[in-house]
Amino acid sequence: MARLNVNPTRMELRRLKTRLKTAVRGHKLLKDKADETIRQFMLYIKENKSLREEMEKEVSSVMKSFLLASAVTSPEAMEEAVSMPGFSIDLEIATKNVMSVPVPVISIIPTEKTELYPYSFASVSSELDMSINNLSDILVKLVKLAEIEKTCNMLADEIEKNRRRVNALEYVMIPQLQETIKYITMKLDENERGNITRLMKVKQMIESSAEIH
Amino acid sequence: MERNCKIAMIGAKENILPFKAVGVQVFPVSQYFEAVDLLKKIARDFSVIFITEDLASEINETLDRYRAKPFPVILPIPGATGSTGYGMKNISHNVEKAIGVDILNIK
Repeated sequence: MARLNVNPTRMELRRLKTRLKTAVRGHKLLKDKADETIRQFMLYIKENKSLREEMEKEVSSVMKSFLLASAVTSPEAMEEAVSMPGFSIDLEIATKNVMSVPVPVISIIPTEKTELYPYSFASVSSELDMSINNLSDILVKLVKLAEIEKTCNMLADEIEKNRRRVNALEYVMIPQLQETIKYITMKLDENERGNITRLMKVKQMIESSAEIH
Repeated sequence: MERNCKIAMIGAKENILPFKAVGVQVFPVSQYFEAVDLLKKIARDFSVIFITEDLASEINETLDRYRAKPFPVILPIPGATGSTGYGMKNISHNVEKAIGVDILNIK
């Protein structure tokens, strides 16, 4: 591991030691964060999976019954039947904080359903009634799934990013700092020893010159 | 927030008609490049966008751009031909990204 390019001085040593302390502390915190984020993610992803399985089954069956309905009705009549919906859905959107990731919270604002079927029953078949009735029931589930799937997406991204940070600290930053601190300490010690030897030598020279006189 | 609180749906015409009846605003497209343009246009306005799986799998790169932000939420849903497995693949992709291996055993 390469050491940092710094001057081997006491000031630098002090600075690096503080940095190392911060890095170690940050590493510990990020590791804890990773653990908790993964725990949260597991909760969400399990719900995501079961909800999606359910939803796919239900939506497919709605689509099928709608297809059946359109098979017995003319396309024009079909389009006319659904082209003027009796109401439109309003959502309430917000964000909440999961492990410092802003994730969406969506809920449907319940409106007074005046009339679910925006057509006359004479013109279309009963399969259409059924598919529309089912679809309006699972719409709540769809919105919930949208929310959870987005949360999972964002948490997965965050976990990946966090893992990079932890690894960068653990395998690059901290070893580099430790190596540099070691280098500076050695260098300072070496200087100290050189100084002592010089002093001893000078003392010896002075003593020997005093003996001659 | 200037974003409106509505649901939009993008897909082939025969797939989106039932959603129109339940109060979702629908945008019929037939080609995937139309879907890309349309998505860019409505992503700023709608908070939830449903898109059929077959279309979603073709415009994956465009969908990636919206993954990092909380809104809009883009949800792939199966069309009349049944599920293509695209949504499930997304889930297992997320698990792999977060944990390293797909521990939920999604095919």
